[in-house]
Amino acid sequence: MTASALLHPGVWLAFAGVAAFFLRGRARQALLLAAPLVALALLWTFPEGTYGRWAFLGYDVTVVRLDRLSRLFATIFAIMAFAGALFAIGQPSRLEVPAALLYAGSAIGAVLAGDLLTLFVFWEVMAVGSTLVLWSAGPRAFSASQRYLAMHLFGGMLLMAGTVGHVAATGSLAFETMRPDTVAKALILAGFLLNAGAPPLSAWLPDAYPEASWSGMVFLSAFTTKTAVYVLLRGFAGTEILVPIGLFMVFYGIVFAILENDMRRILAYSIVNQVGFMVTGAGIGTDMAVNGAAAHAFTHIIYKALLLMSAGAVLLQTGKRKCTDLGGLFQSMPLTAACGIVGALSISSFPLTSGFVSKSMISQAAADGHLQAVWMLLAAASAGVFLHAGIKFPWFVFFQKDSGMRPPDPPAPMRAAMLLMAFLCIGIGMAPGPLYALLPYPVSYVPYTPGHVVAMLQLLLFSGLAFFLLLPLLRRTLTITLDTDWLWRRLVPAAWGPLEAGLAGLRRATLGPARGLAERVAGTAARIGSPAGAIGRSWATRTMMLWVVVVLAGLLLLSYR
Amino acid sequence: MPAEHFPVLLAVVPLVAAPLIVVARSGFLGWAIAFAVAAATAAMSASLLARVTVEGTISYAIGSWPPPWGIEYRVDAANALVALLVSAMALVAMPYARRSVTAEIGQERQYLFYALLMLCLSGLLGIALTGDAFNLFVFLEISSLATYVLIALGRDRRALTAAYQYLILGTTGATLYIIGVGMLYLATGTLNFADMAARLDGVADTRPLVVGLAFITAGIGLKLALFPLHAWLPNAYTYAPSVVSAFLAATATKVSLYVLMRVYFSVFGADAVFRDLPIGPVLAVLSVAALFVASAAAIVQKDLKRLLAFSSVGQIGYITLGISLGSATGLAAAMAHVVNHGITKGALFLLAGAMALRLGGTGFDRLAGLGRTMPVAAFAFVLGGLSLIGVPGTAGFASKWALVAAAMGAGQWWIVAAVLLSSLLAVAYVWRFVECAYFREPPAGAPSPGEAPWEMTAPALAMTAAVVALGLHATPVLDAATRAAAALMGAGR
Repeated sequence: MTASALLHPGVWLAFAGVAAFFLRGRARQALLLAAPLVALALLWTFPEGTYGRWAFLGYDVTVVRLDRLSRLFATIFAIMAFAGALFAIGQPSRLEVPAALLYAGSAIGAVLAGDLLTLFVFWEVMAVGSTLVLWSAGPRAFSASQRYLAMHLFGGMLLMAGTVGHVAATGSLAFETMRPDTVAKALILAGFLLNAGAPPLSAWLPDAYPEASWSGMVFLSAFTTKTAVYVLLRGFAGTEILVPIGLFMVFYGIVFAILENDMRRILAYSIVNQVGFMVTGAGIGTDMAVNGAAAHAFTHIIYKALLLMSAGAVLLQTGKRKCTDLGGLFQSMPLTAACGIVGALSISSFPLTSGFVSKSMISQAAADGHLQAVWMLLAAASAGVFLHAGIKFPWFVFFQKDSGMRPPDPPAPMRAAMLLMAFLCIGIGMAPGPLYALLPYPVSYVPYTPGHVVAMLQLLLFSGLAFFLLLPLLRRTLTITLDTDWLWRRLVPAAWGPLEAGLAGLRRATLGPARGLAERVAGTAARIGSPAGAIGRSWATRTMMLWVVVVLAGLLLLSYR
Repeated sequence: MPAEHFPVLLAVVPLVAAPLIVVARSGFLGWAIAFAVAAATAAMSASLLARVTVEGTISYAIGSWPPPWGIEYRVDAANALVALLVSAMALVAMPYARRSVTAEIGQERQYLFYALLMLCLSGLLGIALTGDAFNLFVFLEISSLATYVLIALGRDRRALTAAYQYLILGTTGATLYIIGVGMLYLATGTLNFADMAARLDGVADTRPLVVGLAFITAGIGLKLALFPLHAWLPNAYTYAPSVVSAFLAATATKVSLYVLMRVYFSVFGADAVFRDLPIGPVLAVLSVAALFVASAAAIVQKDLKRLLAFSSVGQIGYITLGISLGSATGLAAAMAHVVNHGITKGALFLLAGAMALRLGGTGFDRLAGLGRTMPVAAFAFVLGGLSLIGVPGTAGFASKWALVAAAMGAGQWWIVAAVLLSSLLAVAYVWRFVECAYFREPPAGAPSPGEAPWEMTAPALAMTAAVVALGLHATPVLDAATRAAAALMGAGR
């Protein structure tokens, strides 16, 4: 059993990650790079079907369900793990990349899981693995990683409660398409949505991810949210409530990304935005929409990793993360700039890039389903994506003003990883056939019709125009060092004021009290529980006796009839 | 045929072994005798459990005096399981004890240690197997008196205070129990549990019964460390010798839990206790308080054994929570957790003892970097910790699953929420260890110890393996627990 467990691509990758933690030097590097490729090979060695079936507590457990949808996600996860390991091979932290492989392996395990219990196990390992990735960034990330872990354990708990309830009601652990029509299934959905970064708890994502190291965020961006997209597609495709949730995420991401100044936080908000497209696709739930959401998850992992690699390279070479401190880097980091631009074009769905061939499928599904409003909102959002990620990120980081910094391009492995991802972005964009062939349902969609191309170019050009017209407005605010929200509020035009205040208030209202409450509770617990506190210290014998009397008297009183 | 005398031999053999060891006056001989006795009791318990599974309840009349006049030993699927847990834990602890006791207890007192351990074993098995309320009190006192001395043998001088406090509290508990039994005797005129159950229905004036039940609940609640009657436990477990901590944590509170189940479900019956009286809600509230308060206190302890002790108070909360549901499924979940948590906590305390041997203590400052200096023990400890959290694939998951399912079956959603939320606290206190062992450098100038001797590591690893094995194949324990619950609810009613 132990030997065959290693044939599970996810278990193998997680195991390799743990093993790599104990290795040094060349052996470590070789294992880190080879492990994802071996996982990829394993994934394609076995034919579709179910593996690892056994009975647990009288229920049928199916550790692996290999079909088109799960294999698609597992494949991109393995590719991503390889590219990420290549990018991060020079990462001085001994923990980060091994933890990332554990994280990636458990994500693969989660998408391959054929039942809710297996899913839950990998889900929890994923939370631990990703926390370790975050944590390895050093003491600065410590408190963020704790908040992150608490959030995900809470999500796992929802999933667990839902699973137990679902099993109690149906007697089956099977993970199939369902509707959130019972409390248990609604809890499962809530657990899934928490990982997707859905409201009202979207804030965990931009709160935590930007605290990771220059390479850590590349890994973090890929697995957790996309695993959530997978389980939504698998379990809740066609659940109408997902459409408004997805649309909310789309616009939440755009608005906060436009207001943001930290380059990696911009990209973190942009993850919420992009996952919003996929959640919307899951909510529409037609074959076309599921295809589109799956394809978009696939391409998104690639171009978001590429964007974060270029941002990570900038962070590593300059040590700066604020747009206002950066600028003009294209002169000395041409390759990083070029790759960043490829990523930015892809996320904006520019024709001939990967985003174009995937995102338009979701819009098409909305159009086919006669969801007029959804289609309009998605189109408007496409313009918004171009504004915040497509232009804002490369413009402020690589062009804008000359910051005077002249850092070189990053070391060779990082350049290689960026080139690999850029190649995939353009390759998929130019020849979408192979990707379409992997999708769960047969694809009849043709992306490159004159109508599509022209419409998309119009959208992008006009929003590009809008960006540069509004640039004085954006720049005037950004040339101020924007450390705190109140500076923002004072300096932006009056029209922005209420909106921004409202948003900041929203953020404070959701994040602030939750954090404050958590800290107060933790503080109180630490005080009374500690060896000097009321519960933790050794009680005097008379205190113990007092409680005996209290309990006995209480029982007698309550029993009195 | 000796097999038919197993019920009484289980209690008598260790009882006789104790004076033998004292006469032998040798640490090694004492250990050898104790080892043999532990093996014999484990074998007898296993055979008894196998027999009751096939044949049903066994009634054994001491001295051939038929019950209810003579003392009856009554073995069914519930107490045979508890007896097996107790004697198996004793057996596992014996190979471990030799090295650990040599390191922690002076040469001239070792034979006394083994004699007391045998008395304690005899007492616990007697409590489990007897069908007589007063005989139970006698064995309760035997095991308790032995336990007080065993705790006092700890190296740290604070062990004396801990033992003294436990003595006062334990005696109070036993007194409350015997007062309660007195009330029942007053009302029914019998001390035999089965006979008492049969006569309860005919009792016209129920006031003494209600009062008796309250006294027994409080008294046994003390012995099983029901929050807030738990305060003797953290110090007792922390400062006792390592073997004693492991043995007691796995068995002593569990036997008391069994007594509570027996009184509630076999003597009074679930209806009388949970429908007519407010015992269920009181127990549930105290249990939930234990889950949160004790687990939260565990997080901030500075000593690993003390952390485990507070964790025990919390985990006992899961068991009493299962009891408080008053249903067959809840009782089965509680029984399963008695076994699974007993094994888990036993394994963890054995590992903590191995660490104490090498590092001179279990304060977190000493444990830093343990993942490098004692990798096997540290890893095994993490596995055991996962079982405390209730991670799938470990024993703790199966019983927690059963508990959550039982609470859902009873429609008690707040209990479901409490169980799941409190698991997060378990994550936090297990994480304390992980963080300390794997992410901190060993203290400067500390000796690099290496693993404990194999006689200690092997039993600890065997128990850890059992934790994982019972996690992967949870059905045997759950089935046994379901049978035990049926026996408890069916017996005498």
